[in-house]
Order: sequence, then C-alpha cells, then structure tokens
Amino acid sequence: MDFTFAPEYVALRKMLREFAEEEVRPLAKTIDREHRVPHETLKKGAKIGLLGVPFPTKYGGMGAGETGYCIMMEEIGRVCTSTATNIGAHIGIGAMAIYMDGTEAQKEKYLTPLASGEKIAAFALTEPNAGSDAAGIRTRAVREGDSYFLDGSKIYITNGPIADIVSVLAVTDSSLGARGGVTAFIVETAWEGFKVGTLENKMGIRGSSTSELIFDNLRVPQENILGQIGLGFVTFMKTLDLGRVSLGAACLGGAQAALEAAMQWAKARNQFGTYIAAKQSIQWMVADIACEIEALRSLVYRTAWMVDSHKPFSREAAMCKLYGSEVASRAINKALQIHGALGYSRDHPIERAWRDARIAEIFEGTNEIQRIVIASELFQEIGVRVRP
Amino acid sequence: MDFSLNEEQQMFRDMFRSFAQKEIAKAAEHTDKNEQVPPELLSKAAEQGMLGALVPDTLGGAALDPISYALLMEEIGRACLSTAAVIACHTSLATQAVLDFGSEEQKERWLPALASGDVMGAFAQSEPDAGSDTRTLTTRAQRTDSGYVLNGVKTWVMNAGIAGLFVVVASSTPRANGRGLSVFLVEKDTPGLKLGQRELTLGLRGASVHTVYLDNVHVPEANRLGAEGDGQTIAASVLDHFRLAMAAAGLGLGVAAVEAGVKFAAERVQFGGPIANKQAIQNYIADSSAQVEALRYLVYHTAWEAEHGGHLSSGALYAKLFAAQATRFVTDRMVQVHGGYGYIEDYPIARMYRNARALDLLGGTGEMMRVGIACNLFKSQQLEIAP
Repeated sequence: MDFTFAPEYVALRKMLREFAEEEVRPLAKTIDREHRVPHETLKKGAKIGLLGVPFPTKYGGMGAGETGYCIMMEEIGRVCTSTATNIGAHIGIGAMAIYMDGTEAQKEKYLTPLASGEKIAAFALTEPNAGSDAAGIRTRAVREGDSYFLDGSKIYITNGPIADIVSVLAVTDSSLGARGGVTAFIVETAWEGFKVGTLENKMGIRGSSTSELIFDNLRVPQENILGQIGLGFVTFMKTLDLGRVSLGAACLGGAQAALEAAMQWAKARNQFGTYIAAKQSIQWMVADIACEIEALRSLVYRTAWMVDSHKPFSREAAMCKLYGSEVASRAINKALQIHGALGYSRDHPIERAWRDARIAEIFEGTNEIQRIVIASELFQEIGVRVRP
Repeated sequence: MDFSLNEEQQMFRDMFRSFAQKEIAKAAEHTDKNEQVPPELLSKAAEQGMLGALVPDTLGGAALDPISYALLMEEIGRACLSTAAVIACHTSLATQAVLDFGSEEQKERWLPALASGDVMGAFAQSEPDAGSDTRTLTTRAQRTDSGYVLNGVKTWVMNAGIAGLFVVVASSTPRANGRGLSVFLVEKDTPGLKLGQRELTLGLRGASVHTVYLDNVHVPEANRLGAEGDGQTIAASVLDHFRLAMAAAGLGLGVAAVEAGVKFAAERVQFGGPIANKQAIQNYIADSSAQVEALRYLVYHTAWEAEHGGHLSSGALYAKLFAAQATRFVTDRMVQVHGGYGYIEDYPIARMYRNARALDLLGGTGEMMRVGIACNLFKSQQLEIAP
C-alpha cells in the first residue's frame, strides 16, 4: 500500500491549481450571472493539454489516466462547477465513449481533435421519457443502404449548444428493447438535420449550457456506429460508470473549497466577543465536513487507482458519485450556514456553490439509480437479482 | 384538548386560500424572476385586509387572532414564500412593534396607514458587525433638544426598497453593553436616510433587501417607541412574532412542496410505471409529509399559546428552528423526486428549494434559535448561558 501521489501527479496538481486560480476563478461569477460558457478558459486549457488529460499520448492526450483526470476535476471543481461540468461532459462522457468503444479509425478521426480541444464533445442519452430507463428511448435510427437516418430529440444535454461531436443513443430495433435494440452513433453537429433546441434555465451550473438536441432525418454513415449494433446501451453505461468517478472528484474539490472558505470566515467573523470559530456549533460543522471530505478523498482516488489498474470498478464508481454529491451538498450547505446571511447573497461564491452542488445528486444517473446499482451488485453476490 | 379550528378560523382559512391560490401563486414565478412582489398584488392583499392582519378594526385592521394569522401566513407561504416574507416583515416586525409598544398617538398616527398598506414597514437591526449580538450595535442615537440624531449603517433590511416607515434599533446609551438600546420610527423621506445597495439573494428574491445608511438623521422624541432603553425588549419581542410568522409561512411552503412532489411522482413514468410505485420515492414523500404535519401542529400550538397569554418566546424559537429544518429537508427531497426537472427554473420546486434555505438564516440563524432554547432550558437550573 502506498497512499502518496507520484511526483508527476504532484506536478500536474500544481499546474492545475495555478490554472484554476488564474484562469478559472476570475470568470466564475460572470459566467454564472450571464449563463455564459467560458470559451476562453476552454481554449487556454486546451493549449496546455487539459482537454485530453486521461487519454493516451498517441491520440494527443496527456496520458495521465483516471488518476490524473480526477486530480484535474478536483482542482477545477474547487473554483467553478460550471467549468468542471463543461470539461466533464467533454472528456468524461463525450470523448470517453469514443475512447472506450471506438475503432482505431474512429479514435484517430474523432478522439484526436477532442483530446486537443480543437473539437468539443457531448453525450446524448436522456429523453423526456428516458434517462436511466433506456427502455423509454424514442429516438430512431433507420437503416437505408450503408447509412442510418436519425429522428428524434434528446434533452438536458450538457455542452449541447457548443458541441462539434456528439455520441447519440438511438433505437435500431424496437422489437428488442434496451438490450439488443439500441445502438450508439457518433454524430457531427455540422451535418444536415442537426438542430439545437430549447436552452434550459437552470438553478445552478449556469455557465454550462444545457439544451435539447433535435435530429431531423439526419444521415449517419455506418462507419460512425460506435461499438456494436444493438449494444449501444452497454457502451453508454460503461462510459457513465467512468464519468461517475471523476464527478466524485469534482464534488471533492467543491467540498474542500467550501470547508476552506468557511474556516476563513469563522476566523474573521466576530460575534459575542470572539471569532465564531470559538463556538462549538461552528466547530461541529467544520469537523463533520472535514471527516466526510477525507472519506470521500480516499474513495475517489482508490477508485481511480482501480480504473488505472484495470480492476472492475462500477460499484465503487457509483459510490463516488453518490457519496461525493451528498458530501458536497452537506459540506456546502453547512459552509453557507457558517457564513450566515452573507452566504445567502449572490455576491458571495458560497451562494453559487450551493446552487451548483445540487445537480450532482441528480445528473449522470440520480442518486437513487446509484443506490440501485450498488444494491444490485451486492445482492448479485448472493444470487439475488434486483431490478429498479 | 381540541385540535380543530373554530368556524371563524375555518372561514378565514378558506378565504385566505382562495385569494392566495388565485392571486399570489399565479404571480410567484414572476415575483421571483423580477425580484419584486408586484405592487398591484400588495394592493389587492391590502384590500383583503391582509396587510393589517393584526391591527384592531377600530384602526382599520382585520384584528385576526394569532391562529388565524398563522393560517394567513401558511396560505401565503404555500403560494409564494417571497410574498409571505414581505408581509410578515411588514406585519410582525414593523406593525407589531407599534401595536405592542406604541403610545396612543403613535398607534393612531401609524396603524391605519400600515393596515391599509399605504405605508409599508421595515425593521432595521443588523449591522455589518452585529447581527444577533446586539451588544456590538454601533448605530448611535444621540439626544438633542428636540429629539435624537441617528448615525450608523444597517444591513439586511428587508422591505427597505418599498418601506415608508423604518423601525430602527439604535444605541441611545453608549457603553451600556447592549442594554441601552432604543427603537425609533423613521420615515422614509427623513433627510439623511439613504438606501444602499440592493442585496441580490439566493431565494426570497421578491423581497427587497438593502443596506440602509443613517447619516445625521433627526428624529423627534415623539417617534421614539417605548421608553429609552426599551430597545432590547421591543426587538426581542417583535423578532419572536416574526419567527412564528415565518414558521407558519414555512409550513405552507412544505405543504406546497409535498403537493408538487406527489403530483410529479404520480405522472412521471420510468421503468414501466409511475415512479410513485418505487419505495425510494414513497420514502421521500412519507418522511416529508410527516415533517410537514409535525411542523403544522408546532406552529398552531405556538399560536394558540400566544392567544392564551403564554410565553411566545420558546415556542417561536422551536417553531422557527424546526420550520427551517423541515422545509430544507422537504424541498430538498422533492427536488430529488423531480430529478432533472427539479433543477430547472420552469418547475416551482427549484424556487421553493432556494426559498426554503432562507428560513435557517432570517430572523436569527438556527444556531441562535438553539442558543435561545438552551438558555431557556438551563434557566430552570438557575444557570445563565451566554452564546
């Protein structure tokens, strides 16, 4: 056992901390207020290789694996959840689906420009009646010769309005259902028949654009089938598994930042003749946040190690997402409380963090779905089959 | 024991509900987006007597009993917590101060205007370095021949943008360690009173919250509420009324959140049926509903105690503390029932979730409620607890 980070990870974290403080933090308030994607940050990040952190160098990535990717999400998550969400949707699910199940030719053509940040990716699963329940998918892909024609729409797609390349799940055989009947496709948004629909007005992560995507008789060449025909749901679920680890890391960063801000305020704020850090109510909140953060940190980096060591990790990934999002929500909620009325003001970063944090309990599979994933794996070990 | 409402209270509740659902709920989204309770909505509420809820009928008010007033706040809170906060601040802080501590002349001068809504009330106590710790208030009221001159900065003054009358807590006896406070009625147009920056808030966006600057504000002696040095007592008393009013509004918010969750869970189909069939969802809804029902009877009981001359203080602390916890829990769980739909501003649950968060802060934080409760409990052991 060795719980220390190798020197290259320490150096990566140092670089990311500087990038986050200098390039991400100054924009965080504005992009929230104006619902604006931080294009300039993404560009600058791309220039130093941040949009390809986990991918092998042969595709233009940094080759830092899941551990390096988690370090990045933690550091960006410390300062701006919107930016972390943009990057997470791009790398963690959009490009990752192609990395996991793409052919060599697809990786060369699509993963390379994504890893360099020349192109931006999105991941399109959710529909009005289908999220974690893939059986409700209505988007159709009908074969004609060596092409497929896509019709339908997806909702709540992060990066939807800014993506160049989208991994899309569609029904290819309605008689077979979720297992065997749905296929993943790589779609270029420049193609005819693609349209960005309604933009969502969200409570938080307002610097991350979320929209409907519409496919109107959109032709996809058959070489853009991602993975095997009929096994698209498997590709998507594997991708989501991986995304959950780094989502836990982003939550870790958010929680840690809240703890630090709360401690600074507890030291600065005087009431009843002393700084409020002297009050046990405040000490309890700080201690509870810190314990949960340490447990989360261990869970996240141990799971990242499992991914990098090619061990099975889907149960642990669900735990990273579930525990990470709930720890972050609790930590940020307590940190807001320590700030008192000031924390309720939109001039304070903790207010934004509080709104931003809430989505992590919902997206990429609600926490209820994570509990089902965990429980069904556990029950499977004693021969019990659990369904949602 | 009798937990039923009397006939008059039932009639009031139906009337409040009908108005709140018809007028206030309809405007709730607009109120949040435009960060203002529509003035015409306040006028309509005034016509219904809602702005003079506690004022005697001889002075133009509705003279509601405490339970009926709690029912009013519940129904308004159910429709829109921003509107409830604006009215509670006007009624339970400003109006209540004049009602309970004003002289006959002060009552006759101010209560009819407050009751009709011609004048909205605000309450100014907090300062940059003093919130619940009133010993460190630095706003000074210096005696002159004809009255007082006020100097200082007040923060988090709710209703400041719409108020015609500010109830201001200031120190008339410096170095008295918080025991030399007095309360003054300051009209909006008094020279030297200036509104500072509007605070943009996470929720309760319909309430206009400002910093208020008092720069050599001359106040005649006739505008001092109560005796010199009564400030501590007056402020503590009206804050308790405000806490109970906000707890009642929180009850309404909890009711509305559970309703929204139940409706969504019945309609949303996943994995072959309404998600209402899933035990995870049932747990969220059952736990939430239990909290709302417990809050309901805590609020009604505290109002009943007020009506029967008991001490409001501890009850108001319990009600506000529990209301903040229950509504935080309930709105959070109901967001979760909505899934992604709970995170977009098109559904009211996102607004309710943001609004609920204010209840653990305004009128004193949850931590201060606990300190107060503990103080009261330890008193029986002749032990004095300092925060």
